[in-house]
Amino acid sequence: MKKEKRVLTGVHFMQGNYAAVEGALAAGCDFFAGYPITPANEISERMSRRLPAVGGVFLQGEDELCSINAVAGASLAGAKAMTATASAGYDYLQEGLEYGVAVEAPMVIVDVQRCRGENFATQADIMQVHWGPAGDHEMIVLAPSSVQELFDFTVRAFNLAEEYRTPVVVLSETTIALMRERLVIPEPDAIPVMNRKWTDKTPETYLPFKADSPWGVPEFAGLGRGYHTIYSINPHDERGSIEWDPDAFERLYTRIPLKVTKNRGKISTVQHWRADDAKAVLVAYGSEVRPCLDAMNTLREQGKKVGVMKIDAPWPFPEEAVADLSGRTDLVVTVEMNIGKYAGEIERACRGRCRTARVTKNRGMIHSPEEILESLKEVL
Amino acid sequence: MAAELKNAGTALPVNPLRKYVREDRMPHFFCPGCGCGQVLGSFLRGVDGLGLDLDRMVTVAGVGCTARIPVYMKTDTLHGVHGRTLPWAMGIKLHSKETKVVVFAGDGDAVSIGGNHFIHAARRNLDVLMIVVNNFNFAMTGGQVAPMTPAGAVTMTTPWGSGEPPFDMCALAQAAGATYVARTATPDIGQMDRMIKKGLSHSGFGVVEVLSQCPTHFGRYALGSGSPAKLLDWIRGICVPKDLADAMNPEELKGKLVTGEFVDVVRPVFRGSSFVADESAGKDAEEA
Ligand SMILES: Cc1ncc(C[n+]2csc(CCOP(=O)(O)OP(=O)(O)O)c2C)c(N)n1
Ligand code: SF4
Repeated sequence: MKKEKRVLTGVHFMQGNYAAVEGALAAGCDFFAGYPITPANEISERMSRRLPAVGGVFLQGEDELCSINAVAGASLAGAKAMTATASAGYDYLQEGLEYGVAVEAPMVIVDVQRCRGENFATQADIMQVHWGPAGDHEMIVLAPSSVQELFDFTVRAFNLAEEYRTPVVVLSETTIALMRERLVIPEPDAIPVMNRKWTDKTPETYLPFKADSPWGVPEFAGLGRGYHTIYSINPHDERGSIEWDPDAFERLYTRIPLKVTKNRGKISTVQHWRADDAKAVLVAYGSEVRPCLDAMNTLREQGKKVGVMKIDAPWPFPEEAVADLSGRTDLVVTVEMNIGKYAGEIERACRGRCRTARVTKNRGMIHSPEEILESLKEVL
Repeated sequence: MAAELKNAGTALPVNPLRKYVREDRMPHFFCPGCGCGQVLGSFLRGVDGLGLDLDRMVTVAGVGCTARIPVYMKTDTLHGVHGRTLPWAMGIKLHSKETKVVVFAGDGDAVSIGGNHFIHAARRNLDVLMIVVNNFNFAMTGGQVAPMTPAGAVTMTTPWGSGEPPFDMCALAQAAGATYVARTATPDIGQMDRMIKKGLSHSGFGVVEVLSQCPTHFGRYALGSGSPAKLLDWIRGICVPKDLADAMNPEELKGKLVTGEFVDVVRPVFRGSSFVADESAGKDAEEA
């Protein structure tokens, strides 16, 4: 097989699912396992061709349980590993994520959200991708809005996974996954790539789950190198020994969520459009940001002071950014493609400092700008 | 008492396998008389006999009493998700081809919750040895019916006797394509040692099923006795060596389990789709 270029620097017209693949490769992905499910199939299909051609391994698992756990195994062996699925498959992945969180295995999961049983557009998994797995954790979830962001955020997902040694979800949607758009892939040198911190300690001095602070990230040793680590989902102490002591339990299950929430400001970035003088701000994530921007432009033309806040990483929840916004504007409107799930979080974080409203749609398709304008009539 | 006095003042000989054991995990978790310790001993004798390097080995275990076996040996170990041992092993093996990977699984872990992975690992010929401890029940959860519970046996979830026919796990492994398949039992330590050793040196998907005693649950509920000795006798009684079984009719074999080697062949091991790209494709199998 001919060796191919890992990073396809240049300007492309590309499908969203493909962009996620190229982002993964640019970030150094060398293991992928997946099980076919529409509308995520193109990710596996492109991976099966591209990954072996750059020296990686592709696996079509017998199911999602196989895929996610193979990803966990490969990750602990040192791989940068990813899987991709759509909502029904994500149900299964939660089991492996539970494990990935507990043993602090970096891994990336692309969830292309679809409706139950069908491939309609939705943002219905917004709660599941965070709170699905059992046990205490803070999941990192990135929500791209475009084909370009499917590339950029997948790179970022790998970097965050490596930095914090934890599973990271790219929360895609039918809308953007199957859309074709302009994609610019930079030179490899211009793409920031982060690697987990491999230990330089000896097996005698290494403590696999010891971090340098109560929210720190332990150094990594990897399997089959003589460190004799037990990677157990059970509560474990710094040595990795299965431990039933409540203090050890508390230390572990405090540090694991803390390593994410302590860095919330860095992880859960937001973007603003004309929010500085806005009397009302539309808050959205993923594809719904796009009609919000259109609606904002129309309203601005009508002289109405409306802005948009885009949440790049819905989880960990951008507590400070939303609180800050709610102190600066009169009205926060959450726009969402589901029955109104994340809206509850936004409203909670506004804490009565401003009025809140929701524009939700649960019809298997994205909002049109006109629909948003129509809904806003009552509240603006 | 007498023995203790006799040894007083003299250093007890140290078990030569002790160097492979995580001392800091002692005392171990197994009930007195459990077969899991025997399987651990047999495995370590195999490692020692073959001169394998535990530093380069990864042991994998899901959940269950059997899954605690690797916790006591000086290897890197993945532990604690029920039934997903083989996917983990596949991820490790496909990424680190040089690493030796051994899975320890209870019968429930292997062919109940993990059944789908089991047949596909066999089909692919994943280069992993799976040691399945068949104690005829779900032990860790308290003695419920398992895929290998004998028909009619009383367990905690079959109070009137199990109405389910048990799996023949070795036949399943063979049909699915495993390249080393053998069944042994704890009462025959010599045979268990030979088979585990052979499994360890096999290239490709190997399954060694060990019929083992769980006096605490299966013994007490199904056989009416928590005596490990009685349970060993019962296991001995249901075992029929393969060469004898060949001459027996199905009626005579009812309720028995055939022990011995069923498959020992070589075919290319699974490498994921990099396999095709890899010019050394099939080499492993030829060399073995
Ligand atoms: C997903 C899931 N379901 C159920 C359990 C509970 N559980 C723990 S061990 C076990 C079965 C143990 O039986 P087996 O695998 O045969 O191992 P043994 O304890 O007999 O050695 C079960 C069902 C679990 N841990 N995870
Ligand atoms: S419950 Fe049974 S299998 Fe588990 S340790 Fe005790 S004797 Fe062994």
